Amino acid sequence: MLEIKNLHKSYPIGDTKLHVLKGINMSVEDGEMVAIMGSSGSGKSTLLNIIGILDEADQGEYSLDNVKIKNLGEKKAAIYRNKFLGFIFQSFNLIKYKNALDNVSLPLYYQGLKREKRTERAKFYLKKVGLLDWSSHLPKELSGGQQQRVAIARALASEPKLILADEPTGALDSNTSRDIMTFLQKLNDEGKTILIVTHEQEIANMCKRIVRLRDGIILEDNFINQLRIKV
Amino acid sequence: MLDQDFWREIFQSINKNRTRSLLSGFTVIFAIMLFTILFGLANGLNNTFSEAFVDDAANSIFIRSGRTIKPHRGLQSGRRIQFKNKDYDYIKSDFNSKLEFISSRIYQNVSASFRNEKNNYQLRAVHPEHKFIEKTIVTQGRFLNQLDIKNRTKVIVIGDLVRQDLFKNEKSVKGKYINLNGIPFKVVGIFKDDGGDDEERKIYMPISTVQQIYGNNDFVDQINLTYNKELDYDGAIDFGLDLEKALKERFIVSPNDQRAVRVFNMAMQNKGINQMTSVLGILILIIGLGTLIAGVVGISNIMIFIVKERTKEIGIRKALGASPQSIISIILAESIIVTTLAGYVGLLFGVTLLELVAPSLETYFITDPSVSKTMVFTATITLIISGIIAGYLPAKRASQIKPIVAIRNE
Repeated sequence: MLEIKNLHKSYPIGDTKLHVLKGINMSVEDGEMVAIMGSSGSGKSTLLNIIGILDEADQGEYSLDNVKIKNLGEKKAAIYRNKFLGFIFQSFNLIKYKNALDNVSLPLYYQGLKREKRTERAKFYLKKVGLLDWSSHLPKELSGGQQQRVAIARALASEPKLILADEPTGALDSNTSRDIMTFLQKLNDEGKTILIVTHEQEIANMCKRIVRLRDGIILEDNFINQLRIKV
Repeated sequence: MLDQDFWREIFQSINKNRTRSLLSGFTVIFAIMLFTILFGLANGLNNTFSEAFVDDAANSIFIRSGRTIKPHRGLQSGRRIQFKNKDYDYIKSDFNSKLEFISSRIYQNVSASFRNEKNNYQLRAVHPEHKFIEKTIVTQGRFLNQLDIKNRTKVIVIGDLVRQDLFKNEKSVKGKYINLNGIPFKVVGIFKDDGGDDEERKIYMPISTVQQIYGNNDFVDQINLTYNKELDYDGAIDFGLDLEKALKERFIVSPNDQRAVRVFNMAMQNKGINQMTSVLGILILIIGLGTLIAGVVGISNIMIFIVKERTKEIGIRKALGASPQSIISIILAESIIVTTLAGYVGLLFGVTLLELVAPSLETYFITDPSVSKTMVFTATITLIISGIIAGYLPAKRASQIKPIVAIRNE
């Protein structure tokens, strides 16, 4: 599914360079649920951005579903993001003036789907996250947990190969966090590959594998016994 | 790309962000309103100028005679110059290529009566072509014709106010006779004239008839003509000067004698007015264009602000798979639509305002200030182009937003 070899990335800071990723090697198979952990500045978000084709590495190789991701133009990057990836963000990042249904349909609009088809599929995923009754509500009329579930429906709508979540529970209380994680576990059970960036141990424990980063290198990479919470 | 979904997307964005759209539209509304008003006022000034000369054809030349004031080639001053039919014939044959219409004129005061109504009017004895020189509008019957001249028929064409004076409420006067100084004349037509009431209190009669009845001579008071429209102003002015020179030689008058033969040429006056109005037009155009540019700069600024405000949304869209082109096209389309709509509102405001104040502006030499269809069309095209110009840079900038930066931007 995902193959990373000797990945380097640095950012210019004034005259000097900040070396953020110093040679990352990792691979993720289909159906995995991986937590990428590390304190702030460890390079975990940079890694996720590169995996998410939102940023490009300076050095090294990255292939996604056996497609090499290198020197893509803006246009191609957009097509790949749309086809391969579903994003879940800490601050949900829903479009404020669009209702839940329109938000979920947006990636499908960029896929070029017909309106009826879009609505049908968006409704299907809203139902999946249990918010079909809230279709016509604007983000500000929804709770944090509900907003994040709309965002998950949006990430799922384009039927991506990989779900990328950047601190998906960072803005939620612990109960809601658990709900969201349980839901992601359910998606994983159905076969979705999920990558979660987090700094919370509890969240990481609910994944199947934990990759720990420190100062731009992988410190540990272990498969764990997944913590499941009965609902 | 430019399908129904695309427009739905645009209109949702405009509609859900009304304050923003209104704000950006306001500059354009104001600019176009000012532009329209300026243009309308300039038009109004132009109308006043052209209306001042609407009475007669714009390419008229009037030739009058008087007494000489300078002795010339052995002839004393104070000699009376009298035009005759042969002078009319001379101009008609010798300057034929430069003429459009030509007519002689004799003035005569007559007292007219019909049944119990009686009044005094000025009689103008003319040739049939006089109709085009004076811009006479025949509303009933016909004007004088060549046959009238040949046969010296006793027919007249009367002004509409003469008809009202003498015939009161009778609309049709065809075949009726009016007594002029005791002689009955058949009314063959009625006319109107944009030159005002005075012009409609005139009576036209064939020149040959008048010469026979009122003097039994071939005298002519005045010769009026219009020059060939293919002549430009300078050509027409030269023609007028040539004509004056030729006539002065013909009557043995000093070239410097300003009284004996007088040629009044509309081309001279028109040239001046034309220059003035075109300078005025250029001035208005510069001011208008300046206003428009200010509007475009204004909307461009607001678009930059809007793009800043929408940075996060654009980032999200890009993360979800929006291509740079699609970002450019939504920002650009929004800018064009807002500019065009606002422009139309501005145009509407401007036109309405012009209509409202038009009547009270006539004191200031501004008649019927209005904008033409061409102007509306041009303005629309200009607006769309302005929208593109105003929106392009911000749109380009928006398309270059990096999704990570945008999404992090809280």
